Amino acid sequence: MQTASATTAAPALKAEARDFNFFYGDVQALKKINMPIHDKKVTALIGPSGCGKSTYLRSFNRMHDLYPGNRYEGEIRFYPDNTNLLSPDVDPIEVRMRVGMVFQKPNPFPKSIFENVAYGLRVRGEKNRRALDDKVEAALKGAAIWDEVKDRLQDLATNLSGGQQQRLCIARALATDPELLLFDEPTSALDPIATGAIEELVHELKQRVTILIVTHNMQQAARVSDYTAYMYLGEMIEFGKTDDIFIKPQDKRTEDYITGRMG
Amino acid sequence: MQANPNDKQAQIRALIARGKLKDALFAALGIICLGIGLVVIFALVADMAVKGAARFNLDFFLNFASRRATQAGILSAWVGSLLVMLVTALTAVPLGVAAGLYLEEYAKRNWITEVIEINITNLAAVPSIVYGLLALGIFVYTFGFGQSILSAGLTLALLILPIVIVSTREAIRSIPAMIREGSMAVGATRWQTCRYHIIPYAMPGILTGVIIGLARAIGETAPIITIGALTFIAFLPPVPFSELADGTRAGLFDWVMSPFTVMPIQIFNWTSRPDPAFEVNAAAAGFVLMAMVLTMNAIAIWLRYRLRKNIKW
Repeated sequence: MQTASATTAAPALKAEARDFNFFYGDVQALKKINMPIHDKKVTALIGPSGCGKSTYLRSFNRMHDLYPGNRYEGEIRFYPDNTNLLSPDVDPIEVRMRVGMVFQKPNPFPKSIFENVAYGLRVRGEKNRRALDDKVEAALKGAAIWDEVKDRLQDLATNLSGGQQQRLCIARALATDPELLLFDEPTSALDPIATGAIEELVHELKQRVTILIVTHNMQQAARVSDYTAYMYLGEMIEFGKTDDIFIKPQDKRTEDYITGRMG
Repeated sequence: MQANPNDKQAQIRALIARGKLKDALFAALGIICLGIGLVVIFALVADMAVKGAARFNLDFFLNFASRRATQAGILSAWVGSLLVMLVTALTAVPLGVAAGLYLEEYAKRNWITEVIEINITNLAAVPSIVYGLLALGIFVYTFGFGQSILSAGLTLALLILPIVIVSTREAIRSIPAMIREGSMAVGATRWQTCRYHIIPYAMPGILTGVIIGLARAIGETAPIITIGALTFIAFLPPVPFSELADGTRAGLFDWVMSPFTVMPIQIFNWTSRPDPAFEVNAAAAGFVLMAMVLTMNAIAIWLRYRLRKNIKW
């Protein structure tokens, strides 16, 4: 399980992409991606629009399986059990039970706040009212929204503000204790104050869950992440500690992007 | 070209005035077109109400058909219409919703589904008399349901099935992909996604389609005549568990095998009588049928409003 790329100082791995290619029909969207995801750390994916960062992110929970014509090649190894998430033998539902996701636009269900968070538990067959109550409360606390909604759990989730909706969606993902949490530009539809709250939350969540976050905002990547990957035209150009990537990028293309000469 | 600023302003104003004149002309044309449609339908309804006014009393609703126009009523017709609609709804809704759900959420996109889709659209255009012929062969004779409420209900269910399928699919398609993805992302199966999200959120649209379909079915005459509904019925289908003439008790579903008549057939029957007094009956029954259809549409609007209130993305 220890790979050559994991040097002595590096923390344990949660996942690792190995020669990963992805195709939308005949179009190759991701090219030979190799990248580690470190356990209980925040890894940011940055790059210009259309570089494939969202496509890459959505491979970790097999979201592409929902649509016809998509094809994976290579592996995304998931630890500690060393499962290949992309294997046809692995049920995408099993993958999604272990890997949570928060979307670009907050997408609460038009149901009550409680039902939104309880949904993942219901899908897993949880019927015990006490257990549901406890886990919903814990998830809402974990997503730093409990104090705002505890007195109105039966209200419609769609009546919350955008920032609250997004934290509710984080609570929905947290309720089922995922091992890896995917964030697909979670703050792009939010104002700066709501964005700050989400960033703070990401920082706290890495105590308990590994986080992979796509962002088009480089300051955000610098603020929240431990590791950063720069992607361009479907390729992984550079991966490293966030400080290293932002202070002394090795690749000219990374440097151009970070300094604002491109993108 | 040193234009006087006042000239420029006058020019702009003239331009706007010309544009607004066209606006007003089109609005007037639209109101006239709308008016023609509304006036015609209103005139029809008012005409029936006036002509049939003499028959609007409780007896008209509680009497069976009779040879004397003043004593003839629509009891067996409106009860027959409601029961046939019940069978139609109970058949068409589960079939249509399941078919629509399958096509939208489960079926793979390939040429077979394409062919099925085209044929469903075609089915909606099949003349209703053809459904009547089909039903006469299949339900009445092959299955042996006879000239019963069951045969009529199933025939009309076939007739409105395409409407239910198409409205189900449209309602499902209006649900954003992010809701589906949000559900699948927590590890739900397709069926869990359908059960907890797709079906409830599509329900307002489905119900609207169902009621529009039923409103069409309740006025259908041709297929019902084809399967041989009677025009003169002086009894009601047996109420479940009621005592019958021979002393036995009716079963829960005995009524579905009962002979029947429906509103449009009753109206058709009265208009074809030589005695002009029956025209009054026909007008009154026509007004009642219109009221039934409008009531169904009103229920559809109310239900849609109630159910949609809480569904937004």
